[in-house]
Formats: sequence, C-alpha cells, structure tokens
Amino acid sequence: MINGADTAFILAAAGLVLLMTPGLALFYAGMVRSKNVLGTIMQSFVLISLVSLEWVYVGYTMSFGPDISGIIGDLSWAGLRGVTNAPSAIYATTIPQSVFMIYQCMFAVITPALIAGAFAERVRFPAFVMFSLLWALLVYNPVCHWIWGSGGWLAKLGVLDFAGGLVVHATCGAAALAAVLVIGPRKGHGQTNFMPHNLPMTMLGTGLLWFGWFGFNGGSALAANEVAATAFVATHLAGMSGMAMWTLMEWIKLGKPTTLGAASGAIAGLATITPAAGFVGPNGAIVIGFIAGVVCYIAVNLKSRFKFDDSLDVVGIHGVGGVTGTILLAVFASKAVNPAGVDGLLAGSSAQLWPQMLGVGVVCLYAFVVSWIILKVTDKIMGLRISEEAEHQGLDYTEHSETAYN
Amino acid sequence: MKKIEAIIKPFKLDEVKDALNGIGIKGMTMSEVKGYGRQKGHTEIYRGAEYVVDFIPKIKLEIIVEDEQVDQVIDTIVKMARTGKIGDGKIFVLPVERVIRVRTGETGSEAV
Repeated sequence: MINGADTAFILAAAGLVLLMTPGLALFYAGMVRSKNVLGTIMQSFVLISLVSLEWVYVGYTMSFGPDISGIIGDLSWAGLRGVTNAPSAIYATTIPQSVFMIYQCMFAVITPALIAGAFAERVRFPAFVMFSLLWALLVYNPVCHWIWGSGGWLAKLGVLDFAGGLVVHATCGAAALAAVLVIGPRKGHGQTNFMPHNLPMTMLGTGLLWFGWFGFNGGSALAANEVAATAFVATHLAGMSGMAMWTLMEWIKLGKPTTLGAASGAIAGLATITPAAGFVGPNGAIVIGFIAGVVCYIAVNLKSRFKFDDSLDVVGIHGVGGVTGTILLAVFASKAVNPAGVDGLLAGSSAQLWPQMLGVGVVCLYAFVVSWIILKVTDKIMGLRISEEAEHQGLDYTEHSETAYN
Repeated sequence: MKKIEAIIKPFKLDEVKDALNGIGIKGMTMSEVKGYGRQKGHTEIYRGAEYVVDFIPKIKLEIIVEDEQVDQVIDTIVKMARTGKIGDGKIFVLPVERVIRVRTGETGSEAV
C-alpha cells in the first residue's frame, strides 16, 4: 500500500541527496588552487549525469535486482524493466518503487564523486570518467547489493549500515587510498604549499552537504516515521559535535580555531554517524560526533607522515569516519531507540561487534583491491595523469578550455 | 627628479597617503605586492597542518617628486608607516630621466 506521507518524504529526501553532489563540488573546489576550480567541480558534477545513466540501465538492477547467490542482483530489471510506480514487495513497501529507485540513485551518484577529492588537481578528465564508471559498476553496485540488497551476503551475516557508512564512505575511502598510491602525489608535494583558494566556497559546500545529509540519513528510514526522526536528530547532533571537537583540537594544539577545521569536523561527524544514524539515540550521536572529531583529526594529520597526497582528505575523513561509525554502531545502538535495530555494548550486548568488524574488513579490502585494479587498467588504456605542463597550467584550461575567474 | 618607491604594511596605507597629501604630494601609484625580507613569511593553518607562506602582502607606493622634496617625503613615510616591529618595509630612491604627461605632451616638472 502506498503511503502518501512516506512517498512525499522520500521524494523530498531524494532531492536533498542530489543537492549533496553540487554541495560536494563546492566543498572540494574551495580547497584546490584557483586554476583547478572548474576541473574539480566537474569531477563531482558530471557524475550526476554519468552515474544516473548507469543506474537506470544496470546499476539499480545490479544493486537491488533479484539476488544471485548473495553476490549481485541479476539483470532482469535492466533499463528499469518492471520498475514502476507500484511499490516493491521487498524494499520500502509503502512508496512507489520508482521513488525508491531514484532515491538510491542519488547515493550511487555522490559516492564516486567523493573519491575525486583524493586525486584532485592531477587526473585527466577522460580517465576520470572511465574510472568512475567502472568503479560504480564493479565496486558500488556489488557492495550496495551485499549490504542493502535483498539476499546480500553481508546483510545475511547481520552487518548493519543504516545510510552508507560502509556502502558510501568506507568504499570511497578505500578507493581513495588506492588512488593516492597508484596516481602518486601532485608535482611539488611536500615542497610547495597547496593552499585552499576560496574557503567561503568550501563553507557554502559544507552547508549544502549538511542540509542534504538530512535526506541522506533521515530518508534512509525509507518512511516518514520514528526511525526517520531518530536518524534526523542523530545526524544533526553528530555534525555539530564533530565540528566542536575538531575546532577545539585545533585551538588547543595550534592556537587558533579555523573555519576549515570547523567544516572538516562537521563533515567528519556527519560521515561517522551515517551508518548508525537510525540506531542510536541523541546522547550516543553526540558522543559519536565527538569521537569522529578526534579520530578524523588524527587520521588527517597522519597522512603527512606517510607522505600520502590524499589531497582533500577523503581517506582521513570519509574512510576513517565511515569505518569508525560502523564499529561505534555496535557500541551505541539500542533497541529502546529503534526496536527493529540491535542492542550495542552499552545496552549490554557485544553480539553486533563481530558482524560490524567483518563488514568493515570485507568492504574495505574489496573496495581497495578492485579500485586498485580499475585504476591500473585505466592508466594502461588512456593514462591517468595529466602532463607535467598541464598540471602546472591547471585542469580548468587543459581539460575544459575554461577559466574560473576572469 | 626622483622616484620614491616605498614598501609598507598594507594597514598603514591610508595614514601614509593622507600625510603625503598634507605636505603637498598630488599623486602617487599604489600596487598590492607580495614579498619577504627579514620578517620572513607567516604561518597559516589548514586542517591542522601549518603552512609557511613566504610571500606576505605589502603595499608598494611609487611617487615622483622634485629633488628638494625627497627628504620631506621620506621623513613623512617613515613617520607614518613605522610600527617599530619587524616588517615595516623599505624605501628606495631612484633617479628619473624623463617625465611626459600623456594628455598634453608636457615634460619635466610641469608633467608631474
């Protein structure tokens, strides 16, 4: 039975999640140098088109179509065959399946866009397109099926991921790490300062991401109900406590609270609460946000020790945040908050720890290995990196024949 | 005739300009420049990492004056731009060979 309130809510949530991709584009673009603004924006923006097409023709059926041994959906829903305004018998049974499909599409769009922050300012556009498309097909769709698809093997083992701590943030974090290793640092990394060219743009992007995140996490209840309320509140509280903690850490360690720190802390808190949002109460969410602020701050500052040029900190914020939140779910979850959920450590049960750790291990390893292979293959076929001269000139001109500021 | 080039701290520009107007200097050219000297650079913080920025913003003033005005202009700039802290800037005095006003074609002191 279709429920009008649920349908309206998920349609609105889908719009909110879509907004996160342009939001991400601005978030990232503010942090690069002025010669790479448009190239960076394009690496988020174009995926709205590219991945949506992929989703309609194969992505949706690979992720949510009839299960083949827990591994992948078959192709019987390719091109949205049979996906109509009638509700699905399995997923979100109170809304048209078309609404569920388009809502999930927005998640598929933003996930590869997140990875692009790791290799900002140095990858050729055609190679970026090929990588993102292969990645959506071979990493996002299978992992999405394992955890959210009916019959998915990780779901069967009890792995929980409310809104994408594993499916979105851990996969993109692991892929980002592979990309940093395969593609290598920007020219002059370690000697030159790559300073953000426009932090107000990054702040605007942070605001849009935060706003969209209510649809991302709140909408993952797939109905306008108590779980949506729980997730909405938890999302906000973790974002704000992440911001507070990161800002405080900087203030204490370096003497000044920074705007980029506030934004980074908020995104860290939001990414970390994502897997747990519908399972934890407000107090748990606040503590998860505080932990995110500490853990992600440390992770971001570790990269210089490894000499990794994860340019916009995809690993440190999204990867580490997604993994941390997935584990913390097993600590802070409570059936008193969500009767359909689980009890975590603080509610007296350690049973959820193992599935969560298994989920983290499997998803990160799979995403890392497959991303590595896709990157190597893409590099062989067309070359991932722009030339040294082009890197000096910037992506805006060399890849798109445009200039951001005239 | 001399050209006086003064590198000063940006926040001192208005005071210096007003004081120069006060002693009868009728025109000047200003540029926003970046550089470093003994002050070295400064540190900025991005995501917990400290970045050393070598070139820091300064203002460069260019003023063309008669020889006899040079000392008065230098004294005025020094007086107004000085904070006593490192990084207050420098003043250079250069000879000027010719001056031409584009609108009228006048030359020399008439053209300044």
